[in-house]
Amino acid sequence: MDAPEHLFDDRTPGVEEHEPTASYQSYTVGLGLAILATIASFVVSQTSLLWPPGIPVGLIVLAFAQIGVHLVFFLHLGSGPDSTNNILALAFGVLIVFLVITGSVWIIANLNSNMMPMSMQ
Amino acid sequence: MTIAAIDRAPTEVPTELARGRGGGGPASKRVVVAYGFWIFILSDMVMFSALFAAYAVLRGNTAGGPTGAELFDLHRVFIETICLLLSSYTCGLGALSAERRQPARFFTFAVLTFVLGAAFLFIEVSEFAHMVEKGAGPSRSGFLSAFFTLVGTHGVHVASGLIALIYLTAQVIAKGLQATTLRRLLCWSLFWHALDIVWVGVFTLVYLMGD
Amino acid sequence: MLGRLSWAAIPFNEPLPLLSGAVVGIVILAVLIAVTVKGWWPYLWREWLTSVDHKRIGVMYVTLGLVMLLRGFSDAIMMRTQQAIAVGSAQGYLPPPHYDQVFSAHGTIMIFFVAMPLVIGLMNFAVPLQLGVRDVAFPVLNSVSLWLTATGALLINLSLVIGNFARTGWMGYPPLSELAFSPDVGVDYYLWSLQISGIGTLLTGINFVTTILKLRAPGMTYFRMPVFCWTALAANLLIVAAFPILTATFLMLLLDRHLGMHFFTNDAGGNQMMYVNLFWAWGHPEVYILILPAFGIFSEVVATFSGKGLFSYRSMVWATLGICILSFMVWLHHFFTMGAGADVNAFFGIMSSIIAVPTGVKVFNWLFTMFRGRIVFRTPMLFAVGFIVTFVIGGLTGVLLAVPPVDFVVHNSAFLVAHFHNVIIGGVVFGALAGINYWFPKAFGFTLDDRLGKASFWCWLIGFYLAFMPLYQLGLMGMTRRLQHIPDPSWQPLLLVAEAGAIVIFCGILCQLAQLYVSIRTRERRLDLSGDPWNGRTLEWSTSSPPPAYNFAVLPRVETIDAFWYMKRAGRHPAEPAYEAIEVPRNSAAGFITAFFAVVMGFSLIWQIWWLAVLGFLAAATVVLIAGWRIEREHEISAAEVAQMERASEVRHPA
Repeated sequence: MDAPEHLFDDRTPGVEEHEPTASYQSYTVGLGLAILATIASFVVSQTSLLWPPGIPVGLIVLAFAQIGVHLVFFLHLGSGPDSTNNILALAFGVLIVFLVITGSVWIIANLNSNMMPMSMQ
Repeated sequence: MTIAAIDRAPTEVPTELARGRGGGGPASKRVVVAYGFWIFILSDMVMFSALFAAYAVLRGNTAGGPTGAELFDLHRVFIETICLLLSSYTCGLGALSAERRQPARFFTFAVLTFVLGAAFLFIEVSEFAHMVEKGAGPSRSGFLSAFFTLVGTHGVHVASGLIALIYLTAQVIAKGLQATTLRRLLCWSLFWHALDIVWVGVFTLVYLMGD
Repeated sequence: MLGRLSWAAIPFNEPLPLLSGAVVGIVILAVLIAVTVKGWWPYLWREWLTSVDHKRIGVMYVTLGLVMLLRGFSDAIMMRTQQAIAVGSAQGYLPPPHYDQVFSAHGTIMIFFVAMPLVIGLMNFAVPLQLGVRDVAFPVLNSVSLWLTATGALLINLSLVIGNFARTGWMGYPPLSELAFSPDVGVDYYLWSLQISGIGTLLTGINFVTTILKLRAPGMTYFRMPVFCWTALAANLLIVAAFPILTATFLMLLLDRHLGMHFFTNDAGGNQMMYVNLFWAWGHPEVYILILPAFGIFSEVVATFSGKGLFSYRSMVWATLGICILSFMVWLHHFFTMGAGADVNAFFGIMSSIIAVPTGVKVFNWLFTMFRGRIVFRTPMLFAVGFIVTFVIGGLTGVLLAVPPVDFVVHNSAFLVAHFHNVIIGGVVFGALAGINYWFPKAFGFTLDDRLGKASFWCWLIGFYLAFMPLYQLGLMGMTRRLQHIPDPSWQPLLLVAEAGAIVIFCGILCQLAQLYVSIRTRERRLDLSGDPWNGRTLEWSTSSPPPAYNFAVLPRVETIDAFWYMKRAGRHPAEPAYEAIEVPRNSAAGFITAFFAVVMGFSLIWQIWWLAVLGFLAAATVVLIAGWRIEREHEISAAEVAQMERASEVRHPA
């Protein structure tokens, strides 16, 4: 089952060979960007730099940005044709995560709002 | 189409069949293993999403007990976040060293990754212990059950990763940096980076939005 | 020292479980003694228990499913009988605590230990062969998956004689499943057995997604894959996406029960509705995991036995992928009545109606495949036609249920029970039986007796309609599900018809057992020497029956859909190809031994024998670590050996 390595082999997340992002430099750039995003998140949540009602949105944007940095710089997820399977799998995973979390929150919020008022809690 | 074409061995597949259309024959072991592990990581993300969903739904159910705002110490959270992020960085550098067959560098980065990961765990466990001491343990309320389970499951994954790192480093010492051990290290680093991605979700949604 | 375990756990004062447990125990003991006396252990160990060959693993999965079918069916006939006689002042023979365990075990076993193993077993057997490759991506993990599933099955069956099973129904809703209302081990048996087998299933999902996407014969692009492989891909993507939700949900319930947490409790901020929500977020994809491979089997069977290529391959593929994605957007229809507002109910009701569309596309494709084909009515084709009629009826009642106002009337009534049995029996069971009859000759080298196969089909078909059509009517008359006692005597005639149906299905099962027995006894008359008994279209029929361990001496070069069909039309190759050495994975005991320790760990966790649970876990982990240390995982079959094996088999490969 061990086919020889093709010149045009699929790319896989994390594999270090022939990757433009697989170098000490690019890992360091990724780290720098991630640290910036982290600091930004803490600052945004703890100060009123951002308009307060917009803080949750800002945090989510920063979180997605940092996840993107991880995917590109640490996991070498590219956009070439050989990465298609990986991107599709990721997209599928993201869709499911989105459906589970937002679906559950929407449903339970709806159900909770229809509950009779409770004496305790 | 000639019959002779049917007997050609897989190595002679024309390249136009390979790119993007999936006709290039079975992939190499390295690609197969890494892709399989990637699918496993995605399944793990779905499991975390169910725990995140439970947290999102239960975060307000404090049952008269302490809330997140009262319990969370964001300074410690920041430090543990940086520890885990740095360990992802050293993990990546270790992976590079392994690929380039540089054992000494690999071991250095492996040790650094372990230390940083262990520091993360230490801070987290002491946070948990502190909360339990204050009477804010997981059985206090729905909110706390969800908190401890979500963050704790992430912590169990980190701990398992550290044990696996020791195991795999021992394997590298015993068997050297060859194809099989490299594949396993590749899987490990995928796992470790994924844990850092989950942590981004945790510190954003649990700690920073907990106020 | 032994946790909650004591002699009181054995039901000495309950004749039914005690007797049935004793009978099963004696049968198992007899089998073990026979195997020992005949000296078959080395053979069994070498060829089956430690095999990592997908064909062997597939056969073992199907065997597990069929054996558990007997257990699940005996639960069914017990329920039917109780409902047929416990009317008005009669109390029947099954008191409520037992009846509750019976319907809980029936559902759990049928879904997790009959339907899943049958479907996974058939995918295991056929997918690598259809893809033109030698095995799945991770053969050792495949073995682990099988044995962890068997672990779950064993644990559930132990609950019959040691302790008791859950009384909550197969879904295990809190607060009934919480410690306060189910303090005994029943729910723990349910949770641990399914958590352990769930790991196995998730590993299968990862294995097959990787295999189908990364391991195919050269030239087999995505749109040249057999439709069964597409449906297997969709089903396994769903496994990867859905089972982790179940794992997390059961984890939360276990934490509630054993560490006093409050995810789903009545007090301290628990939310029971969240369990129902998460359970069905898994549960709906689960039913598509079961039905999609069955659709794939029918696509293969209908095309083969109509002598025509499948009508509109592309729309079949898109319909499959559409069902895969949509199945994650409908789950609330399992709890329309739980109190969501009109907007939420409307959204999920509309999505549930939409998901019927791609299935309709598939039905038309099958019908158009049969149109102007040369139809051969062997057993698999009978099941296919029976499926089309029966599944459409079940699907229509499903669309009815998808309308929230209708569902408010019939939710959790016998109407619902009739609907889901309609689609599961008409779809999954018929699909599995068709697949078994279809691929049996490939696996064993001789076909099954067709007359007995047809007899079993007719019994299943007639039995199904007799057993379940009355339930639709009863549901509309007001009968709810899970009734241990029938309050309204006017329901009894229909319940008696249902009981008759169950007996006819029992005859169908007897016919299947007879079919197996007779087929094996008279196998010389029905040997499959060509490897292609049905004039098939896909690559598995190009191998000998049974195929060699390595499946293909030279991987076939694929240039079209229905690769084997076009290879046959192009004529067979007279000369031998140049054989090369083949690497074949070594056997591994890791799966079997890990599962053994998983049984120990599971049983100890259920009975709270903590020291033993820890030991079991550490032992299982050690096995994993030892297996993970190995570098050499394959052994080589030399080119000369391959040539010898190929010449010895009577089949001349066109590839």
